[in-house]
This record gives sequence, structure tokens and C-alpha cells, in this order.
Amino acid sequence: MSWKKTQELITTYLFVLPAVLLFVVFSVFPFFKVFQLSVFDWDGIAPQMRFVGFANFRDAIFRDPSWWISLRNASVITLMTLLFQNTLALVLALIVDREIRGKNFYRVVFYLPPVLSGIVVGLVWNWIFDGSHGLLNYALAGVGLGHWTRAWLADPKTALLSVAVIHMWKGFGWGFVILLAGLQAIPRELNEAARVDGAGEWRIFSRITVPLMLPVFFLVSVLTILGTMQIFDIIISTTNGGPGYHTEVPITRILVAMVGSSRFGYACSLGILFGLILLAVSLVQMRLSKWSSRYS
Amino acid sequence: MERQVKRGLSCAAVGMFLLVMGGCSKQDAASKNEIVVWHWLTDREDALETLADQYEKSSGVKVRLEVYAPSDVYSSRIRASAQTNTLPDIFGVLGEPWDLASYIKSGHVMNLEPAMVAEHGAWRHQFYPKALATNTFIAGNQYGVAPGIYGVPLDVTNIQLLYNKDLYKQAGLDPERPPKTWPEWMADWHQLKAVGTPGLVSGWGETWMINCFASNYAFNLMGEQKVLDTYRGKVPYTDPDWINVFSVFDEIRKEGLLVSGAVTMINKAAEQTFANGKAAYAFNGSWCVHPYQEMNPTLSYAPILPPRFSNRFPMRIWGGAGSSLMVNAQSPRREEAIKFLKWLTLEPQQAMLSKETFNLPSNRSSAVALPPILAAFAAHMEETTHPSQWPVSERPAITEAIGKGIQSILIGEKTPVQMAQEIEALKKQQ
Repeated sequence: MSWKKTQELITTYLFVLPAVLLFVVFSVFPFFKVFQLSVFDWDGIAPQMRFVGFANFRDAIFRDPSWWISLRNASVITLMTLLFQNTLALVLALIVDREIRGKNFYRVVFYLPPVLSGIVVGLVWNWIFDGSHGLLNYALAGVGLGHWTRAWLADPKTALLSVAVIHMWKGFGWGFVILLAGLQAIPRELNEAARVDGAGEWRIFSRITVPLMLPVFFLVSVLTILGTMQIFDIIISTTNGGPGYHTEVPITRILVAMVGSSRFGYACSLGILFGLILLAVSLVQMRLSKWSSRYS
Repeated sequence: MERQVKRGLSCAAVGMFLLVMGGCSKQDAASKNEIVVWHWLTDREDALETLADQYEKSSGVKVRLEVYAPSDVYSSRIRASAQTNTLPDIFGVLGEPWDLASYIKSGHVMNLEPAMVAEHGAWRHQFYPKALATNTFIAGNQYGVAPGIYGVPLDVTNIQLLYNKDLYKQAGLDPERPPKTWPEWMADWHQLKAVGTPGLVSGWGETWMINCFASNYAFNLMGEQKVLDTYRGKVPYTDPDWINVFSVFDEIRKEGLLVSGAVTMINKAAEQTFANGKAAYAFNGSWCVHPYQEMNPTLSYAPILPPRFSNRFPMRIWGGAGSSLMVNAQSPRREEAIKFLKWLTLEPQQAMLSKETFNLPSNRSSAVALPPILAAFAAHMEETTHPSQWPVSERPAITEAIGKGIQSILIGEKTPVQMAQEIEALKKQQ
């Protein structure tokens, strides 16, 4: 290799070196450090760690029912979000996609909740769901449904549902924006040609819109699953995982293990297990996404 | 030209690389005449800055205060700095006794006992003994820490039951005769309930507040020795006395004493509820005086010991050092740090801090001129206890399970017996 070529090569590597260094220090190193810590018993302070092998994973899988409860709770919220949040997002996207007055205004309004802080949203909804002076209870009492009033976030029958509602309210704007972008990417001529051929709105939706939107549906679904499974800030600002374990989710359990119990190794093992679950979900989505791309 | 641009860009890239490396280097060492203090006390930030300026004028030593808040952010920063040996000269350790013990065993916290007992124990004697006890490890402690005093209490605190005097008056009760026993409390509550007054509020969404209340009644029902023996594994949680402790919460549920939603409420929200007169009682610490003053200056209330459930043992409340500061054992400015802490805990500085921030001073002499509400809190300092003062403490997983289990009792999901069995099973597993 000529000296000029070598110089160019060195220059190129010098350019990428800072970025690589940052990536290694702040992404690659912590990633492997988590794996290392997961096989140690460590309180996050002591200079020495005790090697425990896979004991932390064994404890998480076989001896910690609260971990499984948290996974179940997150799955329930995720299912509700997939069904209701995304349906709402799709309906709103379909409405705004039409030539209606003030559609830009609606686009902004629907996108407002996602940009708000989860803690702020939680505190506002605390006030809405408050058992003694909450807005929801006032509204219910006002329409003659006083017997339905309750402390929504403290009642084990409604706590998880209430948290899910808050999460869906905060999150539907994401789905709305992506679905709207997908709808607008469908050539208008297709719909017009179908109408000329006598197809009704339902037929256009089911035979043109849905097949062409399949990749977008999968994208929104996987983002919903990954985002909802990692729900945290709303829980912390509303129920703190309670009452009992009724609204505990994986991230709150990891936090309790790390900060509350100073079990860093155990917290890392929970993080790895949780990461594996999310990785599996992502792999399934990638497969489905490829399949849907071919289909559409 | 192209060559020059390339060379310039290469230099910029190298410069950035060096900057990144520089960012990863150790912090700049403070000068000989500067002490660095990391704290989390946002409510005392201005007062501490004022005191730091005063100290610099009187001693020539600059005190650089750095605030990291909220407390979990602060804790993370301290942990990370401990790993890289970049702790400041003075810092605080938040968390369980296990955490402080680990910092001490790792050589990060200096034993201040020699400084405390010097000059016939002058420094030591100025504090409330319970405040010092919070930072003291006695011989043979379960943590394996060498005996000593490892922190300087900046203030003291205790957690009591508060009652709203105006709501008492409105219900036809004598506001100067608060309940002392459980039957008296329930009688008062029935009268309050009859006029539609909501009952007790507390941040029981934060399980440590529940554990604190449960601990009060555990000491009252079975005494300190039996509580500690339970932690040692000598007494099971299925013991009738423990079931009685958990039954206190079942009583609260049956009587409808707890304000709706309090079981998942954070303490800040609970403070707001009590300050706005929407609860007759609150279970809260002496730190509440400042927020209540801010939220409702006309609020008329007083602290009392939680009413006794039994006469077998005295009621004990959680209390001791509120905020404590530790000296970095590896700091080259240890002596300067100790001098500053000695100065900070002298009577005038403590009085100033108390006046400005409504906290109970750790210096007993400064407690003379306290406002009545703080004096009422201070009056019960001798009845305080705290997990950090006990020779043995419960494992965090059990403590969490007790808090969660009590929440389940309060929502009627579990009975005290069921909960006791579950806790005992977990204890055996641990």
C-alpha cells in the first residue's frame, strides 16, 4: 500500500475513532458489564464481588414470584394497549387522513400526550383517579353512577386497568403519527379506481388499505410491545407498584432489586432475562414484518 | 488545499479523542484550602451556602457545596464515585444500614469517634444521643463493621401521628385531648366519621412508611427484644404477637380509617391532603413542618405518639438523625472536613439552619428556641428508635414483602394470618 493510501486510511480511522470510542465506552462496555455482574453477588459498593454462577437467574426464575407477577402485569397492559390504543390510533388516523377541516390542528393535539413527561402525566391522572376528590368520581356521581366511584389506583380490581388507561392515553399519539404516515403513503389513485369500480368504503379498507398497511401495523405493534413492556414512569408516579404487587412491572422490580435491596447482580440478571424476552419479541416481529412485506 | 483541510479535520478528530479521554479522567483535585461537600438537601441549599460563606470568612477555608437531587440520583452518584475513588471530602450515605456498612468496610467512610470523644467528648455531648446512635456501629454488630461513629447528624427527625385540631373542634372533640390508646383513638374516629371527616392519610404507597408504622406497633406489642429476635430468625412471623401487629392494619381497614387511595399514595400527596384539611390524621415525620407551612400557613395541628394498642411495652417511634454527613476516609483534607463539620454543628449554625428550614437541630442546645410545633416533635426524641440503631436488621426482601403484604391487608385481599405465613415462608427461603 502506498504512503498516500495509508495516510487516507489513518485519516479515515481517526475520524471514526471518537464515535467508536464513545460507542464502546457507553454501549458495548456496559452491555458486557451487565453480563459479568449477573453472575456475582454484589451490593454496588464493596470493591470485591462474590461469584455465584447462575444463582441469580435461578432465584429470578424459580424463587421470585413477584418477578413473574410483574411480567404478567406488563403483558396485560401490553395486550390492552395493542388492542385499544392502536385501534384508537388507527381510527383517528383514518379520520385525519380524510379531507376534513382543521386536520393539522388534530395532528398536533393527538401528538401532545406523547411529548409530555410520564411523571407529569401520572400526577395529573392521579388527580383524575383520586378516590376522594377525583374528577372521574365527580363525573360518575354527576351522571348517576355514584355506586361506581372508587379509589381507582388503590383498588386491586381497577389499579392495573387505570394504569393501562393512562399509558394508552399517553401513547396513542405515536401510533397515530406512524399510521397516518402509512395511510398517506398509499397512492390515492388506488382508492379512486376502486370507487369507480363500485367498491364501498369497507371493501376499500379491507382489500386495499389493510394489505398495504400490514408492514406499518407490524411496526406499530412491535413498538407498542417494546414500549409498553418497559412501562415505568407512569407506575412510579401513580401507584409505585401497589397496592400489593398489582401494578408491579419488570422495570420496577429491577429498580427495587438494585436500589431498594442493593442486589446489583440480581438486578442485572433480571435485566438480562427481560432483555431476552424483548429480543425474542423483536425477532418474531422481524420475521412477521418480512412476511407481511412480501404479502403486501 | 484539500490536504490542508484533511490535516485540519484530522487534528479536530484527534482533539475530540483527547477531549473524550480527558472527560474520563479523574476529577480535578480541589485545592488545599477547599473542602468539597456533596449533598442532596435542596430545601437547605441556600442556608448551607450562606453558612459556607461565613465559614470561609472566619477560617479562610472555602467550602464548595454541590447538590445532586433527587435522593436516588444522589445515591447513584455516590455509588459510582465510590467505585472510582472520586468521592468528595464530605458526603452523605442514603439507604439502609447495609449500605452504610458496605461503604465503611470498603474504606470510604472515616470513623469519627476519636474526634467525637476528644476534649472530654465535647463534640459528642452536644448531640441528641439518638441522633448519634443512627450513625454508630456497636461492637459485635451483624454488619461486621468496626465499632465507631461514622457520621455527623446535621439535623434530627421523628415520625409521629398528627391530628388536625380544627377538625377535632368541628366534630365536637377537645383538640387539647388527643387519643393515647387505641380505644380512645377509635372513639374519636367514630365521632369524626359521624360528621363526615376523612380519617388517616399517609404516603403508604411508599412501603417504608408502612413498615415504620408497623414497627411502632411491633415494639408496643412485643418489645424490642422480640422484634430483634424475629430478625435474627429466632421468632417466626407467625407468632401471635406479629399477627396482632398485622391485625392493627386489619382494624384500620375495618374501621374505614384510611383515606381513600392512601394505600398507593406518595407522601407528598398525603401531605397535601392533610394540609388542605382533607384528613383528620396524618402519619408523617418532623420534616413535614416546612411543607405544611408552605401549603397552608393556618393549619392547626399537633404531633402525638401513635395511640398504644397494648400496655405491655412502651410505644416507640422511628427517629434519630435526619440527614447525616460522612467524612471521606481517603480524603487528604480529612482534618479540615472534620473542623468544618464541628463548626456546622455548633449552636449558632444549628439554630440558623433550624430557623431557616424548619428542621429539628441535631445540637440539643439549639432546641431551646424552637417554635412550638417543632418543640412538640422534639419532646419525643427520647422515644425514638430506628433500624440503623439496632444491632440487627431485617433483609430488604422481607421488609419489602411486609410493606406489600400490609397493603394487601389494607385493601382486604389478605388476612393477617395469611400474610404472616407468606412472610415466614419467604424468610425461610432467604
